[in-house]
Amino acid sequence: MCGAIQGGPSLDGVDVANQAVIQGIVTRDGEPVGNAYVRLLDRTGEFTAEVPTSATGQFRFFAAPGEWTLRTLAPRSASVDRPVVAALGSVADVAVTV
Amino acid sequence: MSRETALVTADWVEQNLDNDSVVLIEVDEDASAYDKGHIRGAVKLDWKKDLQDGVRHDFINQERLEKLLSEKGISNDDTLVFYGGNNNWFAAYALWYLKYYGHADVRLLDGGRKKWELDSRELTTDATERPATTYTASGPHDDIRAYRDEVIGAIGQKNLIDVRSPDEYAGRLLAPAHLPQEAAQIGGHIPTAGNVPWSKAANDDGTFRSDEELTALYADAGLDEGKDTIAYCRIGERSSHTWFVLSEILGYPNVKNYDGSWSEYGSLRGVPVALGDERGEA
Repeated sequence: MCGAIQGGPSLDGVDVANQAVIQGIVTRDGEPVGNAYVRLLDRTGEFTAEVPTSATGQFRFFAAPGEWTLRTLAPRSASVDRPVVAALGSVADVAVTV
Repeated sequence: MSRETALVTADWVEQNLDNDSVVLIEVDEDASAYDKGHIRGAVKLDWKKDLQDGVRHDFINQERLEKLLSEKGISNDDTLVFYGGNNNWFAAYALWYLKYYGHADVRLLDGGRKKWELDSRELTTDATERPATTYTASGPHDDIRAYRDEVIGAIGQKNLIDVRSPDEYAGRLLAPAHLPQEAAQIGGHIPTAGNVPWSKAANDDGTFRSDEELTALYADAGLDEGKDTIAYCRIGERSSHTWFVLSEILGYPNVKNYDGSWSEYGSLRGVPVALGDERGEA
């Protein structure tokens, strides 16, 4: 795997109009991290969901409109928190560096 | 049951990789995870293809379960150690499921696949070969499985624990946020159920919190140790995780998992439903 693909995974076949999508990519030194875990925490800091990243370092959540935090765990790294705002019918793209 | 008999550590698993009477079983929501790499010697169980009937909305019957485990090379006196992704949700579900069919020695790898990966421990794509056995199941053991009529009767009477996220509990979401929104006809929760998200029982790396923290967690949520308890979520996997905490780690008696969960309850006609962050009235 050489270099990171910009943005999240393909949304082909997903009806984005009715979803509040949060997605993105986890990289280390410019390379995608395929064995990281991304957690979605709600506005109170409560865990809502978690996904492992794909081989290309990508992840996606179908959230609800509002403020969220992405917490990324990866081998040999401290966890990284990133705030994100989701809105219905739009895709929030987040790039996480560990 | 207790933490010592219910959980094993990753170090313990590594020390027992060549012990034939210890069978590692990987169970994932995404069943292809095993094929991309699994702990050496682990057997794969597909929670959907292997464990669901496929026609009726229910488990496979005892006869099919016996055939399945025999083909996988599992014996009645083996120690079964379950692990998987999603913080062991589906592994806990399979453990509960095999206990329902009477397997004696079932344990969970603390932290599951995530902790194993975050520790950078070895995974392999080598196929696992185990000679076929003749497995004999017992049960079903309905003392750990709740059905809808019992759940409706438990409103205001027993401890009901909804282990979904607060937004699912309140009816703002119908499914976990990493899945397209689908499933039950309506949102909300069973009236009088407390909301203790499964995630509060686990650390970020997927390991379980200490006995003291877990005891305080459910006590603070109003769990009455003198009453029977039913845990539920959307489709019964996350609530298996909480059933495991209450029944297997903390050793509370009379804890059941309602695997029909919200996908069933939230589609029933005429049953009481509560919306919002409050428990609601019986």
